[in-house]
Amino acid sequence: MAAGVAAWLPFARAAAIGWMPVANCPMPVAPRDHGKRQDELIILNVSGRRFQTWRTTLDRYPDTLLGSSEKEFFYNEETKEYFFDRDPDAFRSILNFYRTGKLHYPRHECISAYDEELAFFGIIPEIIGDCCYEEYKDRKRENAERLMDDQEENKDNKLPNMNFRETMWRAFENPHTSTMALVFYYVTGFFIAISVITNVVETVPCGSTPNQKDVPCGERYTVAFFCMDTACVMIFTVEYLMRLFAAPSRYRFMRSVMSIIDVVAILPYYIGLVMTNNEDVSGAFVTLRVFRVFRIFKFSRHSQGLRILGYTLKSCASELGFLLFSLTMAIIIFATVMFYAEKGSSSSKFTSIPASFWYTIVTMTTLGYGDMVPKTIAGKIFGSICSLSGVLVIALPVPVIVSNFSRIYHQNQRADKRRAQKKARLARIRVVKTGMSSAFLHNKRNGLFNELLELPCSEEVEQHLSKTASLLESQHHHLLHCLEKTTAHEFVDEQLYEQNCREGAVQSYPSCSPSLSSQEGPTGTCCTHQARKNPLPDASVPPTCQGALQELSAVHIQCSDQPALSTSRSSLNMKLDDTSRLNCKSGLITTAIISIPTPPAVSPEGDSQPLTSPSMQTIASSNAVKVSTL
Amino acid sequence: MKAKTREQSLSDSRELDGSYDQLTGNPPSSQSKKTIKQRFLKLLPCCQPSATPSVSQYSIEDDFELSTVCYRPEGLEKLLEQTKFTKKELQILYRGFKNECPSGVVNEETFKLIYSQFFPQGDSSTYAHFLFDAFDTQKNGSVSFEDFVAGLSIILRGSINDRLNWAFNLYDLNKDGCITKEEMTDIMKSIYDMMGKCTYPSMKETAPSEHVENFFQKMDRNKDGVVTIDEFIESCQKDENIMQSMQLFDNVI
Repeated sequence: MAAGVAAWLPFARAAAIGWMPVANCPMPVAPRDHGKRQDELIILNVSGRRFQTWRTTLDRYPDTLLGSSEKEFFYNEETKEYFFDRDPDAFRSILNFYRTGKLHYPRHECISAYDEELAFFGIIPEIIGDCCYEEYKDRKRENAERLMDDQEENKDNKLPNMNFRETMWRAFENPHTSTMALVFYYVTGFFIAISVITNVVETVPCGSTPNQKDVPCGERYTVAFFCMDTACVMIFTVEYLMRLFAAPSRYRFMRSVMSIIDVVAILPYYIGLVMTNNEDVSGAFVTLRVFRVFRIFKFSRHSQGLRILGYTLKSCASELGFLLFSLTMAIIIFATVMFYAEKGSSSSKFTSIPASFWYTIVTMTTLGYGDMVPKTIAGKIFGSICSLSGVLVIALPVPVIVSNFSRIYHQNQRADKRRAQKKARLARIRVVKTGMSSAFLHNKRNGLFNELLELPCSEEVEQHLSKTASLLESQHHHLLHCLEKTTAHEFVDEQLYEQNCREGAVQSYPSCSPSLSSQEGPTGTCCTHQARKNPLPDASVPPTCQGALQELSAVHIQCSDQPALSTSRSSLNMKLDDTSRLNCKSGLITTAIISIPTPPAVSPEGDSQPLTSPSMQTIASSNAVKVSTL
Repeated sequence: MKAKTREQSLSDSRELDGSYDQLTGNPPSSQSKKTIKQRFLKLLPCCQPSATPSVSQYSIEDDFELSTVCYRPEGLEKLLEQTKFTKKELQILYRGFKNECPSGVVNEETFKLIYSQFFPQGDSSTYAHFLFDAFDTQKNGSVSFEDFVAGLSIILRGSINDRLNWAFNLYDLNKDGCITKEEMTDIMKSIYDMMGKCTYPSMKETAPSEHVENFFQKMDRNKDGVVTIDEFIESCQKDENIMQSMQLFDNVI
C-alpha cells in the first residue's frame, strides 16, 4: 500500500459504517492497538547529518531496515538517536521514499553506490518511480555492459586445457594470440586484396592488337587470370572449411553473416566450373561473376571500422527505413507533378511517370545530371520545389544515423581504451598487494631473525616492532602466521618461488640440511620425507608455474617478499622452500572476493614421472588464489 | 512564421495535455483568464463573507505554471470546536490528508482512487461515489478538509444515534428523507461489487436483491415500501448485531 494511502486507512475503516446496518451477521472483533503510542519524532543520524521524521512515517514500510526492528541495532543509547555510517546524500532519497511513497534516483549519483545504499536499507529498486525509472535502468544497463566487457576479455585468455579445435577457433577469432594466427590473418587479407584487384584488372582494356579492338585483359590473359582466381578460391575454401571445423557451434557459424559472405564469395567459381560447357546459361554465368565482388566484404574480419559501420546500419534500420519511405513518397509525388507539367511541351523527355522518377531522384539528391530538364514554366517551378524538398527530406534522418554511429564508435574506443588501461591498472594493484604481503614477511623475518639469533627479545625491540605495525596489521599477520603453522608451510616471495621452480628443475635432488633451518619441524620432516621418495617431485612445476604466473586475467597473489629476503635467507636453507611452493596458498586479500578452490590432496611424492603431467599443472594453477577486484 | 503570444502558446500546450483548471473544469481562456477566475472564485462557498478572515485563501500562480488553487482549511481552533477530535488527532489527520491531496481538496476521482487502493479485488468506485456524496455536504463537487473531518467526527466520535443518522444519510441517495427499494438496491449492489468475482460461495446475480428484501423486511415497519429515518433508527436499535458493530468505530483513531 502506498504511504499516503496508509494514512487514509482510518477513513476507509470509518466508511465501513455504510455496511453495518445491512449486515446480517455480527462483525468480527477489531484488532486493538496495543501500547498505543503517540506519534513521536525519531532522529536518524547519518554520518553526522541529522534527519528527523515521525515514527509512523518509517513504519509505513515494515519490510525495510528503517521500518522494522532492524534499526534497533543502530540505536545509540547515549544520544538517543539512530546512527548510520552511510552516505547522507543518498540517504535523502531513501528518506523521501518513506515520506512520499515514491523512490527517486538522483542523476548525479553513481549507480552502484546507489544500489548499495538501497540494498543496505532493504529497499528493492523496482519501486523507483516512473519519472526516474528509465534513467536508472539505462545507467544500470550501461554499467552491466561495462562489467560484462571486462569479463568477456577475461574469458578470452588461454585456459589450460584447450583441445586443438578450440585453439584453432581462438586463433581464428583473435589473431593476436599466436604467431601462426597472425600469419594466417595476413595471408588471407593479402589474398582477398589480390582477388579483388584481379577482378578489377580483368576488365581493363589492355593493349590492342592491330586487327582487333581493345580487349579487356581478362580475355587476353585468360589462363593467368584463371590460375589466380583458382588460387584465391582454394585459399578461401580451405579457410572456410577450417573455420567450419573449428567452430564450437557449427550450425550457428553457418548462419552467421561472415560465413554467408564467405560462401557467396567462393560459390560463383564452383558454379562456373560446373556450368562452363553449357551455352544457354553462359549469360547467367557472367552474372554470377558479379558476386565475386562480395569478396571485398571479407575484409570486415580485418577491419573493425567496417564492422562498426555494418553494425550501425543494422541498428539504424528503422531510420533508414523511414528515410527510404519518405523519399519514395516524395519521388512519386514530384514525378507525377513533373510529368503532367511537362506533358504539354514538345520533345519532352518526361515520357511517362516512371521516366520522371529518374529526374526526381537526380534532382532531390541535388545531383542534377542535366539529361532531363523541364522546359515549361510550371515544370521549372515544380522542379525547384522538388530540389528544395529533397534537401530537407534527406537531411532529417541523417543526424540520427550519424549519432548512432558516433555512439557505437565511441563505445568501441572506450572498450579499447579500457583494455589498454587494464594492464596498467592490474600492475598497480599487484604492486599494492605485494606491498601488503611483503609487510607481513618483513615482520616475520624480523621476528624470526630474533629467534634465530636467539637474541633476548628485549622490550625496546618488541616495542619498536609493535609501533611500526598497527594493531590491525599485527592481528592480520598473526592470522597468517597461524595459517602457516597449521599447514606447516610458509609464505614466500614470488620471485623466490619462480627462482626455486627453475632451480628445482635443474638440480637432481633437493639438498635439505634440516639443521640450519629456522623453521620448525614440519618443513624439516617434509623435506626428509621428500628425500626418501622421488628426488624430483616438482620438476614438472617450472614450465607450468611460469605460465600460471603470467596470467593477467586475475591477480594471482603469490606471496612475495623483498629480494633482500632471499639474500638474508640464503644463509638458511633456501632449497627447503621448494617443497613449500607447491602448497603456497596466497596471502593478503583485503577488499576483493576470495575464491579459494579446495586444493586437491597434493602428493607430489606420488609423481613418478619427473616431466610435466597435466595434474601438476592444474594443481599449480588451482592453488593460486584468483582475486578479481571489483 | 507568426510568433504566437506567450499566453496563446501556453494555452495551446495546456489544451494538448488536457490540463484544466481544477475548480472550474474549463480550459483556461487566454485573455481574461485572471478576471474570470477571480470572479468565479468569489462565488465559491468557502469565500463567503460569513467565513472568518483566516479562511480559504486562494493563490493563482504565475503565468508559467499551471494555475493551481490552494485551499487552506479553517484554523485548528475552529476545527477543534466543530469536531470532537483532539488537537493531536486533527494534526495527524491533516498530515495524511495533505500528503495525498496537496491542493487541499479531494475531488471525486482522487477519492475513488484512494478508496480503491483498499479493495484491490473488486470495483469500489460506485460505493466511493456514494461516500463522496455523503461527505460532500456542501455539494460543490469536492471534499475539503473540514467536510472530511466533520464526517469522520460523526462516525468515529459521535453517539450511536449520530452514526445511524449518518448511515441513513448515506443510503438516502436523493436526500429526500426516505430510502426506497431502488436506492437500497443501488447501495447493495455497490457493496457487493467491492467483493469482486472471486468469492466463496460464488456470487449469484440475485444476491444483492435478496439482501435488499431481507433489509426491507427487517426495517420497513409499516410495509409502505420505503424506510424512513425513524423506522431505520428504531429497527437498528432493536438489532443487537448492529448495535454491536457500531461500537467498532470507537477505536479507529
